[in-house]
Amino acid sequence: MTALLSIQGVSRRFGGLQALTDVTFDLPPNQILGLIGPNGAGKTTLFNAINGVFPPNEGRVMFRGKDITGLPPYEVARLGMARTHQIVQPLNELTVRDNVMVGACFGRHNHGLAEARRVADEVMARVGLAPRADLLAGSLNVAQKKRLELARALAAQPHLLLLDEVLAGLNPTEIAEMVQTVRKIRDQGITILMIEHVMHAVMNLSDFIIVLDFGQVIARGTPKEVAESPKVIEAYFGDPKLAEQLKLSD
Amino acid sequence: MSNWRRHTSLILPVVVVAALVLWPAVTGKAANRESAFTILKAVALASSLNILLGYTGYVSFGHIVFYGFGGYVGFYLLSAQSWSLWPAMAAGGLAAGLLAFLLGKAILRLRGAYFALATIGINEALKAFINNFELFGGPTGMTLNFRVYQAYGGAAKALEMSFILVAALTLVAIVVSHVVRTSKFGLGLQAIRENEDAAEIMGVAAPNAKTWAYVLSAIVPGMVGALFFFKNGNIEPHDAFPLHASIELLVMVMLGGQGTVLGPILGAFAYQGMRGYLVTSDFFKDIQLSVSGVLLLLIVLFIPAGAIGLLRRRITPLRGVLA
Repeated sequence: MTALLSIQGVSRRFGGLQALTDVTFDLPPNQILGLIGPNGAGKTTLFNAINGVFPPNEGRVMFRGKDITGLPPYEVARLGMARTHQIVQPLNELTVRDNVMVGACFGRHNHGLAEARRVADEVMARVGLAPRADLLAGSLNVAQKKRLELARALAAQPHLLLLDEVLAGLNPTEIAEMVQTVRKIRDQGITILMIEHVMHAVMNLSDFIIVLDFGQVIARGTPKEVAESPKVIEAYFGDPKLAEQLKLSD
Repeated sequence: MSNWRRHTSLILPVVVVAALVLWPAVTGKAANRESAFTILKAVALASSLNILLGYTGYVSFGHIVFYGFGGYVGFYLLSAQSWSLWPAMAAGGLAAGLLAFLLGKAILRLRGAYFALATIGINEALKAFINNFELFGGPTGMTLNFRVYQAYGGAAKALEMSFILVAALTLVAIVVSHVVRTSKFGLGLQAIRENEDAAEIMGVAAPNAKTWAYVLSAIVPGMVGALFFFKNGNIEPHDAFPLHASIELLVMVMLGGQGTVLGPILGAFAYQGMRGYLVTSDFFKDIQLSVSGVLLLLIVLFIPAGAIGLLRRRITPLRGVLA
């Protein structure tokens, strides 16, 4: 099967800082690919390079057979790529429903308002936000805002979902719920690329894992292979506890 | 939501305009018609500015530039090219829209204070340009030959017609504001207002949406400018591009409540009413602008959402009616 997303030799510099160096990988459809690495490894920068926030200086990004390198984020979104943010970005003065409707209106299907409202209600029910539909987004707590991020992305009915640390800041119960939600999303046919620091979750969820360190891919493989890779252990060496977690999770 | 409910929020604004139109007729005083004209003009300008300021979240400190530019283009066509009022007004609106389109492409990439500063610069730059533009009469401006009014049945008739036209333009501005607010385009604008980066990532084509919002917010002011200076009979740079009028427009929008249809209408109404009192009072007549400055400060400090915004937040059932 051909790749849904193909990252080919992507590099990105910010002034003198080499944030990404020659990152290459393919993401086949209907999989969950986990992107891990120490803080500052370039994971979020890679997301930004993929969806056009900071276009790559070198390399190409292919999405569904189309070269999307350098397209602005709103065009990438319309092609069917949605994203959640590590730091939640709610549209505070709009209601939860309006927030989700923005995703539906301007996503892959370019819905009109009536249809967007229907999609939004359906998605809010799916992620458990339905009772809060008419509240202002700014009044939600962090866990709810995380769900809102997810709901907005899902309302776009994307082919590919980029999840940037959806589990961060959640308590263990909330994490378990979110893991279930993510799995369900994949089962509905949406391919997922996720950045995650909660190791047991990413190891459980992912079909395949890419490890970034200093902007370079230092390991790739199944969760088991990655956890045993000496390079990965070394990258996490400053944090022996994390390395221990990696080993334990298989 | 049914179609009927979606438009209930339009009832109150239309009632306000209707009352303003009927007020001079009922009282039978010509002076009241002049006051009503001023208020209607303010409502039209404030409602237009609201599309950019309230829905899109971009502060324009120089919105009066569209009124002045549309006024000049319309006036030139009326006086030098002998166009009749309708096409001249349309041309004024189009000219303002075109100016906004070109400006939008250039300065809407700026955000926050930088955009606001650029809009001030543009107002002053255009004023300086017109001051030196002989075709438009340079610093002395242009005067309309009195005979022009005869085509409309004399000056009195022309004044009456101008009043009806300004009411019609005000209504257009309000309906446009309402349609934008309740449309998908408006949802995109509000997403830009709340968080432009997040909006783009969700697929809102921000550069285009902002430019069209700017154009939409400029057209009615351009037409109002053409109409006002037709009624006025002459046009000069300092009348057409008064920077303080831009700031007064901001006060009106923020007083009533930015981002709502009704807010700028009530804000314009209240502000013009207050201004009418201030300019005739012995104490305030020379410092009425400083009152608007203090008012702006108080609004920003204590009711940043404006009167309508405050009511909507405090009393949830009102949200359907006060939109």
